Amino acid sequence: MSLVSQSSAVIMMNVRSLPRRFWMSAAMVFASAVVVAILLAFLAMAKGFETTMQSAGSDDVAFFLRVSSAAELNSTVSNEQVNILTNAPGIASNENGPIISPELYVIVDGVKKSSQTKANIPLRGINQQGIALRENFKLTQGRMYSTGTNELIVGQGILDEFAGFELGDEIRSGKNVWTVVGVFTTGGNVFESELWADAKVIQSLYNRGSSYQSVRAKLTSPDQIEPIKAFVENDPRLNQDVQSEKSYFSEQSKGLSYMALFGRVISTIMALGALAGALNTMYTSVSDRAGEIATLRAIGFSHISAFIGTLTEALVLSVIGGILGSIAAFIFFDGLSAATLGGSFTQVVFQFQLTSDLFLQGATMALVIGFISGLFPAWRAARLPVVIAFQNGR
Amino acid sequence: MSEDVLFDLVNVSKKFVKGKEQISIFDGLNMQINKGDFVAIMGPSGSGKTTLLNMLGGVDQPSSGEVSFDNQRIDNLSEGKLAKWRANNIGFIFQFYNLMPMLNAFRNVELPLLLTNMSSKERAQRVQNALKLVGLDDRAKHMPSEMSGGQQQRVAIARAVVSDPKLLLCDEPTGDLDRKTADEILETLQLLNKEFGKTIVMVTHDPSAAKYAKHTLHLDKGEFVLEAK
Ligand SMILES: Nc1ncnc2c1ncn2[C@@H]1O[C@H](COP(=O)(O)OP(=O)(O)OP(=O)(O)O)[C@@H](O)[C@H]1O
Ligand SMILES: [Mg+2]
Repeated sequence: MSLVSQSSAVIMMNVRSLPRRFWMSAAMVFASAVVVAILLAFLAMAKGFETTMQSAGSDDVAFFLRVSSAAELNSTVSNEQVNILTNAPGIASNENGPIISPELYVIVDGVKKSSQTKANIPLRGINQQGIALRENFKLTQGRMYSTGTNELIVGQGILDEFAGFELGDEIRSGKNVWTVVGVFTTGGNVFESELWADAKVIQSLYNRGSSYQSVRAKLTSPDQIEPIKAFVENDPRLNQDVQSEKSYFSEQSKGLSYMALFGRVISTIMALGALAGALNTMYTSVSDRAGEIATLRAIGFSHISAFIGTLTEALVLSVIGGILGSIAAFIFFDGLSAATLGGSFTQVVFQFQLTSDLFLQGATMALVIGFISGLFPAWRAARLPVVIAFQNGR
Repeated sequence: MSEDVLFDLVNVSKKFVKGKEQISIFDGLNMQINKGDFVAIMGPSGSGKTTLLNMLGGVDQPSSGEVSFDNQRIDNLSEGKLAKWRANNIGFIFQFYNLMPMLNAFRNVELPLLLTNMSSKERAQRVQNALKLVGLDDRAKHMPSEMSGGQQQRVAIARAVVSDPKLLLCDEPTGDLDRKTADEILETLQLLNKEFGKTIVMVTHDPSAAKYAKHTLHLDKGEFVLEAK
């Protein structure tokens, strides 16, 4: 039908008339770009944090904490309990026996490079089986700590974000002095925000006797978690909660999900401001083109084509803004490294992560701005009296 | 009703409401315009010439009374039907040409054809013919800003006739042009009337422009006072 050719002609004329309203149109593009960029920044932050936390959790690792301890920091597990757990069903083995890892989790101070502020950094006491359990563990610099010494290895995230953790550096914490002998990665997940040292050394330096704080056990398969739960419940000496490591971390990762909500609220408030400006731009566009719209209507163009033309102009401007905002967010935020308070009052280093579903949310925001700011002016355009074509010249 | 009558206005009145005031422009106006006529409408400022032309062109509606075109009522058509009716029957020529400034002459003239099902090839042929008729076939690629007033008005005439409507409605088509250019435009209109059988209704202030018409209607205080010639 001719509505298509009418509308595409009107859209083309609108677009070609944009230079007449260049600054107003540019302001609308800019406003929608800023809103989309801010939204994406917050979402990328929340997404990156979530990924860092969740990718650390495996569903074939059973994770034991003392009953009602929400996190490793305030949990204890006795050596006797660890020995009982070693006999639990469904635990995988390697050449060193069952892959079960009793671990300690203490705090040392660090200074953020970016803000020079103090922050808590977790120091994990671990053994050989604990390292075997982290399958993506890689030593990237230096060497492994020697058992029985005050040596530690630092996660890549700590090295990047905090001062004083270079290879060879000495770290003072209370009366203890540690030496950095190696740097490790674990595929970008939360363990990279930790320092690792020999569990036995931490037990003695921190007066923990023979006790630990958490236990991880590699399962022969993910569905072995149920038999282990039953095993723990049936033994009164074990006052432990068991869950898969994955479910533990997804609980912990809720910490920054408020960031996504916050981002949505902030960008919605900003979008309202952008909308006010965009509406003004579009009403100006309609009055700027009033003579042309009326002339086309006199020639016989339908009011629907005037409506579609105006609405499309608004959508084009806001979508251009959305694209620019997405590009800016990608350039400035994607991969940006940051450290924040994680689940247990310690720092988690993570990277902003922009994924296609976040871009989709940005695009939706841009379309909503365009649609609302175009709708009412388009309605006005469609209802302009045709007689104004005769009233005065352009 | 006679076969020859194109427009038939019966007991037409038109009132405007301005604030609390009501202005009556026409009250019980009766008139007919015949097919193939070239009518000049003259009258003092504010006498209602443009208002009349708008009602004939279906861009404004009478407050009461009937307007028939070719034995068909147009005063009670919906806005959508009126737009189609205008596209099929009327070519408008405006005092200030009303060309789209962002389109070249060719694209401006092509606009009414976008409302038809013509192929782009057919449209191009028609546009070229229309531009040739007004002597601007070599200016197809020129933008309105690159043309003189007279040339722009000739492009506007080409746009008005390209879809071959029966009727041309012109509001002060030479009001913005010098004498010599105005005469050229009026000659073109006369040619369209004589050679192509277009019915033309032209509003003008200019007595020498009115001379090109077959009839002149003087409008004063909502009445036709005199029909000269
Ligand atoms: N939309 C409107 N609302 C209110 N009054 C109007 C409207 N349109 C026209 N009028 C009034 O109607 C009267 C006739 O206007 P019209 O434009 O038809 O006059 P005209 O004969 O074309 O005048 P001119 O020679 O100056 O073009 C004027 O008094 C004008 O102010
Ligand atoms: Mg007038």
